[in-house]
Amino acid sequence: MTAERMIGDVVLELRDVQTYYGKIHALQGITAEVRAGEIVTLIGSNGAGKTTTLKTISGLLHPRSGSVHFEGRDVSRTSAHRLVRDGISHAPEGRRIFSRLTVLENLQMGGYTQSSKDVAANIEHVFELFPRLQERSGQKGGTLSGGEQQMLAIGRALMTRPKVLLLDEPSLGLSPILIQQIFGIIREINAQGTTILLVEQNASQALDVADRGYVLQTGRVILSDDAKVLAANDDVRRAYLGEI
Amino acid sequence: MTSSTVTAEARPNRFLVARRSGVGPYLFILALTVVMYFVLGPKQFVNALTIGAIYALVALGYTMVYGIIELINFAHGDVFMVGSFVSLFVLTNILGATGPAPDLATIVYQLVVTFALTMSVVGVLGVTIERFAYRPLRNAPRLAPLITAIGISFILQNVVQLIYGPSPINTPQVIPPSARVDIAGVSIGWINIFIIVTAISLMFGLQLFVSRTKVGRAMRSTASDREAASLMGVDINRTIAITFLIGSALAGAAGVVQGLYFGNITSALGFQSGLKAFTAAVLGGIGNITGAAIGGFMIGFVEVTAANFGFFVWAQAAVFMILIVTLVFRPSGLFGQQLGERA
Repeated sequence: MTAERMIGDVVLELRDVQTYYGKIHALQGITAEVRAGEIVTLIGSNGAGKTTTLKTISGLLHPRSGSVHFEGRDVSRTSAHRLVRDGISHAPEGRRIFSRLTVLENLQMGGYTQSSKDVAANIEHVFELFPRLQERSGQKGGTLSGGEQQMLAIGRALMTRPKVLLLDEPSLGLSPILIQQIFGIIREINAQGTTILLVEQNASQALDVADRGYVLQTGRVILSDDAKVLAANDDVRRAYLGEI
Repeated sequence: MTSSTVTAEARPNRFLVARRSGVGPYLFILALTVVMYFVLGPKQFVNALTIGAIYALVALGYTMVYGIIELINFAHGDVFMVGSFVSLFVLTNILGATGPAPDLATIVYQLVVTFALTMSVVGVLGVTIERFAYRPLRNAPRLAPLITAIGISFILQNVVQLIYGPSPINTPQVIPPSARVDIAGVSIGWINIFIIVTAISLMFGLQLFVSRTKVGRAMRSTASDREAASLMGVDINRTIAITFLIGSALAGAAGVVQGLYFGNITSALGFQSGLKAFTAAVLGGIGNITGAAIGGFMIGFVEVTAANFGFFVWAQAAVFMILIVTLVFRPSGLFGQQLGERA
């Protein structure tokens, strides 16, 4: 961790959030907070509600009860396309690249809410972070490799210079060497001042990079603590870090 | 990070890239056009292009709507039909036209007013249909909006019948059919030139709009992944409404042209021509704008060829044969996406 990192006030707060998929009670009361400058991770097994939590924050889903607060404002009912303008960017699970748009067009879409001057500057910034994307800028998104698509997904989410970046399974399906790179990039983005909420299956990597973590199980928070403490916790080690 | 380590990942398949932008379909169409010119002769060739232009304009609406919400909008043919009646209303009831206009200035004035009003009214009609009939069903099973579309088709058809009756109605042919020009020894009607030029300009305009503008990019990304597009800040409802607005306005333009060229219209037009335009969209590869335009012209050729060789009554059957053959042997159409969502 770089020394100049500053942890500020709470920017994102979930208060007893309950979200449903039709009749399925996916989130059964999630309470959590993220402070400015932090990397916070949500870990847990499949179906624990990690992705649903991110979708509820970014406005793709709305809580049936409880509330989501962003910079002190209740945004539980705000739709996704408005929250982007407010400063929440969500790089969804499975990358969700626009496969028929070029890499450049994907980035331009990321800057959809920005002025064309800012878009040009932010594309430069993304290309500095991911030089590989610049080489591929004229290529269709669907023709990129998995690692390149993940870079594009993160780069696209950074186009708005978000206050909070939601990352859903950025390491999914990548080779170990690429996973190392992606986590390096996550550190770098955070060092530049972006708050990050990270969802990961790869709990050991996530806890390594994060300041704090929440452990989710069947739509509830069962543990929350400093990442180092969680990484040393016997239950966590057994259940999520693959140690017996 | 170093970019060299990334090459460890699988390289994208170059074949997929090349096949996608392949020249095969274009060569096929070029060859077909040349053959058609010699088979039909210049006069019928121009006629086929004109009729094809109308189908192409209507096909664009089918393909745009399918591209963005995966709905076969069966009401679209009837939106086109309503367009022809709106243009009749504008020409006769607002502009007082009864037949060919006396001079060029009047022709230009009447055409500009008719196109502007008809395209606006029909565009708004399309947006209204989407807002009240399709949007509430957006998350319903696919069959529900499809059946609703058929219902809307019946409603439009019956409302027009209620007002204008079921029989064909004569429309003022503002550009006199007798006005012709000799090009390379062939006498071509100004009306044909006007229709072909107008249609092709509209198609190029659309292509530029979709490929170059921010709204066009938003439309393409919404078509590709709606949820991801909304995460970029795209208002999905607005983008879908714009798609209906443009598609319907183009159908409105086709409606104007239909009346100008044939001199009569009927409330059954949506069913007859609408299905042919739908075939054009499928032939071109539904969801693909260039494909729909070219498919429209091809259907024009098929129909005129059949009629030209004395099989006029078989023209419709020929068109639907093409629909069936396309669906069986190349369901993705001539220009269909060969590349999966994720390579």
